[in-house]
Amino acid sequence: MSSRVVTQPDPVPPMNLAQLREAIDMGAPGARDTLPFGCAPVDRRISGGGLAMNAVHEVVAASTSLSDDAAATLFLAGIGARFAEHFNAPILWAASRFDLYAPGLEQAGLLPASVIYAEASDDKSVLAIVEDALRDGTPAAVIGEVRSASLVATRRLQLAAGKAGQPVLLLRRWRKAEVDPLSAPSAAVTRWRIASASASPLPVAGVGRPRWRVELARQRGGEPHIWELEGCDARGRLAVPAPSRGRAGSAAGTAYRQVA
Amino acid sequence: MRELGRRSEAADPPFRKRGHASEASERVTAPGFEADDVPLVLIRRTGRRNDVTARCQHAASLGITVGMAATQARALVPDLDVRPHDIAADMQLLDRLALHAVRHWTPVASLSGNDGLWLDLTGVSHLHGGPERFCRHVVRFCARAGFTARVAIAATPGAAHAAARYGRSAKQVIPPGRTVDMLSLLPIAGLRLDEGARAACRRFGFETIGDLLPVARGPLVRRLGQAAVDRLDQALGRLAEPIVPVRDEAAPEVRRNLLEPIGTPEQIATVAGDLVEDLCALLGTRGLGLRTAVFHAERVDGEMRSVAVGTSRATRDPAHLNRLFALKLDRIDPGFGLEAFRLVASRTEPLAAMTPASLLAEDVRIRDVAALVDRIAGRVGERNVFRLAPAPNHVPERAQHRCDPLKTPGGFPDWKRPVRMLRRPERLHDVMALLPDHPPRRFTWRGRPYAVVAGDGPERIHGEWWRREGEVRGVRDYFRVEDAEGRRFWIFRRGDGLSPETGDLSWHMHGLFG
Repeated sequence: MSSRVVTQPDPVPPMNLAQLREAIDMGAPGARDTLPFGCAPVDRRISGGGLAMNAVHEVVAASTSLSDDAAATLFLAGIGARFAEHFNAPILWAASRFDLYAPGLEQAGLLPASVIYAEASDDKSVLAIVEDALRDGTPAAVIGEVRSASLVATRRLQLAAGKAGQPVLLLRRWRKAEVDPLSAPSAAVTRWRIASASASPLPVAGVGRPRWRVELARQRGGEPHIWELEGCDARGRLAVPAPSRGRAGSAAGTAYRQVA
Repeated sequence: MRELGRRSEAADPPFRKRGHASEASERVTAPGFEADDVPLVLIRRTGRRNDVTARCQHAASLGITVGMAATQARALVPDLDVRPHDIAADMQLLDRLALHAVRHWTPVASLSGNDGLWLDLTGVSHLHGGPERFCRHVVRFCARAGFTARVAIAATPGAAHAAARYGRSAKQVIPPGRTVDMLSLLPIAGLRLDEGARAACRRFGFETIGDLLPVARGPLVRRLGQAAVDRLDQALGRLAEPIVPVRDEAAPEVRRNLLEPIGTPEQIATVAGDLVEDLCALLGTRGLGLRTAVFHAERVDGEMRSVAVGTSRATRDPAHLNRLFALKLDRIDPGFGLEAFRLVASRTEPLAAMTPASLLAEDVRIRDVAALVDRIAGRVGERNVFRLAPAPNHVPERAQHRCDPLKTPGGFPDWKRPVRMLRRPERLHDVMALLPDHPPRRFTWRGRPYAVVAGDGPERIHGEWWRREGEVRGVRDYFRVEDAEGRRFWIFRRGDGLSPETGDLSWHMHGLFG
């Protein structure tokens, strides 16, 4: 019996044990399945040490103000840029109301060469596009802008993302002033709420590096948390603001700026 | 065959290469023809003798006619160059010409006899500048290729056939109402009759088509046969004569005929899947990749339903094509059932053999985005999948443009720019600012007051003077401002604050920084 088995050619190309282990690891949840923010105080608070790659993440603006919306967009763009860099593949950005400005996105690290945009007519087709992209498996991450997504829809995306090993980032935009988008149930692994905050003070007149109030409103297997962070740099990385040197210094900065 | 001095001999092939054989019916001296050329005839064996089937102009001037026995021709002209007539090569040449016509002139073209082409110009002649210009174009084209062409445009294929071969001039356009007048002057031979019917016509003294018109139909059928009368009716337009077009074989096509009609989506998807497999195999053997495919479904009631898919890059991946078709197959209305299917690769590009993706897990991510683009384009339309590329323009709203998603655009200049732009700049009210170059201290936007604590600027942007009159002197001064609650805006003032013709000093909101 054995002679027959031995002479049969191996149908799988020969792999060494380490490669085989790696190949198996790809499907299993573990430390390598997350992309850290590269910002220790943030990563410490997220279970897994970063954004899970095979999961849905939701981001909302903290208020209906368009400025908060822009901050949330930049927050997403930074994450997308780091995923694109990590996988060396473009990301897909699907939206139904298209008002993105590419030069601004590039300043958050998202180069024009690493995004493909898709404009759809309504939320339903945005979600369909996101799912199509997950099944295709090409993009490094998929960003979808939706006004509403039901629990069933997010669960669908979560399943598809888990199978594809690709992150889905949903920007949930406000529909009504009094309804918080995060109040709706969702299958997302992490849910973020972003607000813009006063920029880092400069010693001269002018607007400093933007700061955001980043709230991790909910995460699976972890506690919520709030940080005040400096916005994305040219490679999409967040930063912790340098501690101000006492009250006097910061007061002086504000006063200076008010003179401007 | 008798030499009766009648113009009832077979027509000469109009598409014959000059030098080997040339035209006699049209008294045109082919360029390059010299009187001291050796006269040339082509012969073909019919029964037990060799007949002349074509002769050059020089031979014609020596009295050799088509249909004459080869021995008689040789006796007339001792140094005659006699060559066998290669009909297969003639037909091949005609086929190539028909294909050229299909690709360049009209989609419906076919061979007419063994010496001509039918082109259906219905609805296409205006593309060539009208029938007359099209005639001239075809004649010129053929002259360049080395042929002498005769063109006739008529209402029916039969009339065009007769006019092209027996008409007076090489270029004729016969208006629809004049078909009968024109035909009645032409000899019987123009009707494409078989030899028996032609002999009968000669016996009864019918010489022109006009002779047949007043004769009662019953006796005519009895004497010439039904086929001959049908030919007459076809030429006059009383009987339909469809042209079966030559297919452009360059468009690969696969077909499935079903024993029984089908109607459910699953069945249609199965057939589509089979056809896609067949087509991809066919494309593989020809080294082609598919850009556009059309799936035709023929219904039992004779209707046809078609769906088309396009790809952004040449492909012959069955799985990919199946995914693209899956989005569209539900648009086929099966009616009472579908009984035949065709899949035509209407647009192809050369595509060499490909290496399949590596099995190693690391390579999974490095994939071609074309498949993704096709898939999304199939859902939202080709125009709605794009990249944003820098445009060579300094006006902010014109600085980006949508480009092909398969291109990799370069970067933008490093000026501070917002992440979201308002579709149109919105007017700010109650603005308090120091002129000429300070950001405002406060403004009201969308009914809400904002107190500005910091600002950068101005960044002066001039209008494009070459574009519009209004932009010649127009200036916008852009400021990036932050309000007390940390919102950052991109606002501008029309005018530089010094000279009034640069703008009216109104303030506008244009974009939002995060």
